[in-house]
Amino acid sequence: MAFRDSFFATRFGLTEHDLENYLSEALAMGGDYADLYFEYLATSAISIDESIVKSATQGVSMGIGVRVIAGERTGYAYSDDLSPKRIRNAAKVASFIARGPSTVEKVPLMELRGGNLYPVLVSPNETDLVDRVALVKRADKAARDADRRIFQVQATYADNLRHVLVATSDGTLSFDRQPLARMSVAALARDGSAASQRGYSGGGGRVSLDFFLNEKTPEHFAQEAARQAIVQLEAIPAPAGETTVVLGPGWPGILLHEAVGHGLEADFNRKGTSAFSNRVGQKVASELCTVVDDGTIANRRGSLNVDDEGNPTQHNVLIENGILRGYLTDKLSGKILRQRSTGSGRRESYQHIPMPRMTNTFMLAGESDPGEIIRSVKKGLYCANFGGGQVDITSGNFVFSASESYLIEDGKLTRPVRGATLIGNGPEALKYVSMVGNDLQLDEGIGICGKEGQSVPVGVGIPTIKLDRMTVGGTA
Amino acid sequence: MTAEGLESLARKVIQMALDSGATAAECTVSEGNQFSVNVRKGEVETLTEAGSRGTGVRVLVDHNTGSAYTSDLTAEGIRKMVDSALQLAKITTADPYAGLPSPEELGKVTADLQLYSPLVAELTTEWKIEQARRAEAAAFAVDPRILNSEGASFDTHTGQTVFANSLGFVGSYRTSSCSISAVPVAHLDGSMERDYWYSVARVPDQLDDPDTVGRRAAERALRRLGARKVPTQKVPVIFEPRVARSLIDNIFDAVSGDSIYRGESFLAEKLGQQVASTKLTLIDDATIPGLFGSTPFDDEGVPSRRTVVIEKGILRSWLLNSYTARKLGLRTTGNASRGITGNAGVGNGNLFFEAGDQSAEDIIASVKNGFYVTELIGFGVNTVTGDYSRGAAGLWIENGRLSFPVSEVTIAGTLQEMLMGIEAIGSDLEFRSSMASPTLMIREMTVSGQ
Repeated sequence: MAFRDSFFATRFGLTEHDLENYLSEALAMGGDYADLYFEYLATSAISIDESIVKSATQGVSMGIGVRVIAGERTGYAYSDDLSPKRIRNAAKVASFIARGPSTVEKVPLMELRGGNLYPVLVSPNETDLVDRVALVKRADKAARDADRRIFQVQATYADNLRHVLVATSDGTLSFDRQPLARMSVAALARDGSAASQRGYSGGGGRVSLDFFLNEKTPEHFAQEAARQAIVQLEAIPAPAGETTVVLGPGWPGILLHEAVGHGLEADFNRKGTSAFSNRVGQKVASELCTVVDDGTIANRRGSLNVDDEGNPTQHNVLIENGILRGYLTDKLSGKILRQRSTGSGRRESYQHIPMPRMTNTFMLAGESDPGEIIRSVKKGLYCANFGGGQVDITSGNFVFSASESYLIEDGKLTRPVRGATLIGNGPEALKYVSMVGNDLQLDEGIGICGKEGQSVPVGVGIPTIKLDRMTVGGTA
Repeated sequence: MTAEGLESLARKVIQMALDSGATAAECTVSEGNQFSVNVRKGEVETLTEAGSRGTGVRVLVDHNTGSAYTSDLTAEGIRKMVDSALQLAKITTADPYAGLPSPEELGKVTADLQLYSPLVAELTTEWKIEQARRAEAAAFAVDPRILNSEGASFDTHTGQTVFANSLGFVGSYRTSSCSISAVPVAHLDGSMERDYWYSVARVPDQLDDPDTVGRRAAERALRRLGARKVPTQKVPVIFEPRVARSLIDNIFDAVSGDSIYRGESFLAEKLGQQVASTKLTLIDDATIPGLFGSTPFDDEGVPSRRTVVIEKGILRSWLLNSYTARKLGLRTTGNASRGITGNAGVGNGNLFFEAGDQSAEDIIASVKNGFYVTELIGFGVNTVTGDYSRGAAGLWIENGRLSFPVSEVTIAGTLQEMLMGIEAIGSDLEFRSSMASPTLMIREMTVSGQ
């Protein structure tokens, strides 16, 4: 598509000449780089609770962010008004960070062209509302039908359609149309007078609404949420202390996101504040581990055609056979570390400065049979599902909270155990990986990653793996 | 825009909704200005300055609800928003409990809550940069082992919120806040620890001085150096105020009306019963001048008030908006909360544990072998069952003294046992956000380590 046919050109009458003018104004006080990020975001969300569709919301927000970089200094301003006057004013405010003559040579804007990872003709946000509301009604019914012990169900469907335009003083002109949709189901189970238990499931991606009709249906998520709640009714207290842990495939890949992913974001590493700083080339995991961050997988929640600095996303190898290979960079960190951008510059919205972020982070499959991995454990814990996690970048300590796990006794899964937090240290934890399964799975598309107050959609994945040692925070 | 301008916009939105077929409507308009500067190693690293505004509407057509928002405040943008909300009301299900508060419940606190100071907007960029620079410099000056820094920041925010509904309620208020923070990194033998400290106030002259903020942040990072794991054991646990506050967050989820009518709270059936140690009293009060959880009215136009949630261990009240109150056959407690649109949820005012009479030092001195927790990470709290398991770091207590730093451990138990097991409450209550707690000591939790 040519720029003149793009969303911002047709809807707001923007021309390449306008963009070049705004960039010049941003660099009027000096500085060595500037960029413009235009965003138009349409959202919808529909929720059912107690079998009543209680809430439905739609909205529109738009704006532009102007960034000026001078050395390691960043000036940023934004406006929710796209009139030339307000854009110029934002450029002027952002330009105050710079002092002295501009060191930028004018580079003409070159339109970036590439394939489309999400060629969705009609985005979910543009479909008939009646079709979308049907999804939550189906989920509600399916969860209630799954088991008579399910007594509360909440289901939410949410989508958005984001149009972005990035123009940079080093000549990048990128625009993208980014659809995103997800649904989630929470079910509560009760059996007699015992405590209630909650189960949760969800998924989606950069997909059309057909995804929820043909691939992952409301019934799929509803039955999974109900199953998890029912399993928990029988759960006994989780063990406390160090033990062997087997992670199931898929969402447990959140281990990688917390244990290594954040610590490999280049902003922490250029500042030397990550536990992984200055460790490229060193062994940080067992040789069975190869971990990648890949923003180029079709239709995935964490994927993007271009990052929020206008660079194409990539397949980045972070750890190869246990050896740390590189960091995830944005433009600023890449420049300081003299490393090429990995297409990892992301931001929550036009109100935010981009920074290095993950896309879809996962471990490549190994050779072990998953059943054989479980059979190899005499006493340990098998974790099938997790809630959230968090990491202290500097010490490297990370946690992630198991929501569905089972005791392993003599090579067999026995009793389900209650939720427990697992804790480890980033550069050390993966050294204890002793078996990697051949069953790599990506998660179903529900992840949200928070960093310095900015949330972005991400994906994770992992095959079944065995960690010989990990601390489990139960009470038993 | 002026307050009058925003109020008249809100009235216009309500009228447009009623004219287009809504039987009731609510509108929020908000406007905010943000400034943020981060200084690292003495140099400005990022500086952000901007303003934004938006409006949202919720309509009812009989008992069907629809909501919409926009940042496009042109006549066309507003029209589209109202149409969109009405269109959504056609696809939702009639909910007999959906509605506005009853007219006699609406109103405002008339006392001056001191939420806004014009001085915040008058601070110069140079002065704000200098505050951050001083905080970071003070952190570096504490000890040569402070070798690095994530920087120090100075942030300000001013805003204006208007709420109106079709029962004739129109209210508005302005808020301001400013904060200073520092995040130094301490080094020892190739390992690193960071920590932070901050000060926040509605008025600039109530902020702690930058040197104090920087110094405390550095001291906190330094005392974590050389942290180790401890063997797995059951011991008394003391939460310092900064982490004790997170327990209030957990209890809030469990007493909020939404969790109660759905039966998804470990406290659901416990009103009037003892749920905590008799030493513990939990109060929500959105009418305390100058504090961060204070507002003249909630997000449905109901006046803010003081609610005793737990009184000497007895669970006395839920926190409710008008919807959850109708569901439970009770009256709203003025705790409606929402963003710019949507059905109101439940929020807190200033939610805090009442201070006790022991100093933190005396509480620590009373413990022979235990864990003083200064940081919690992760999300391992289940307020449906009460199961609690979080990553923790802090200092080990030996014979009544803080002895050595501990990290990479978890603390676990159940919220039920933790609340009943609160044995000591500090006198050091301080409001640094809308939730606040003094030091708390819990009789026993499982610490998982080696």
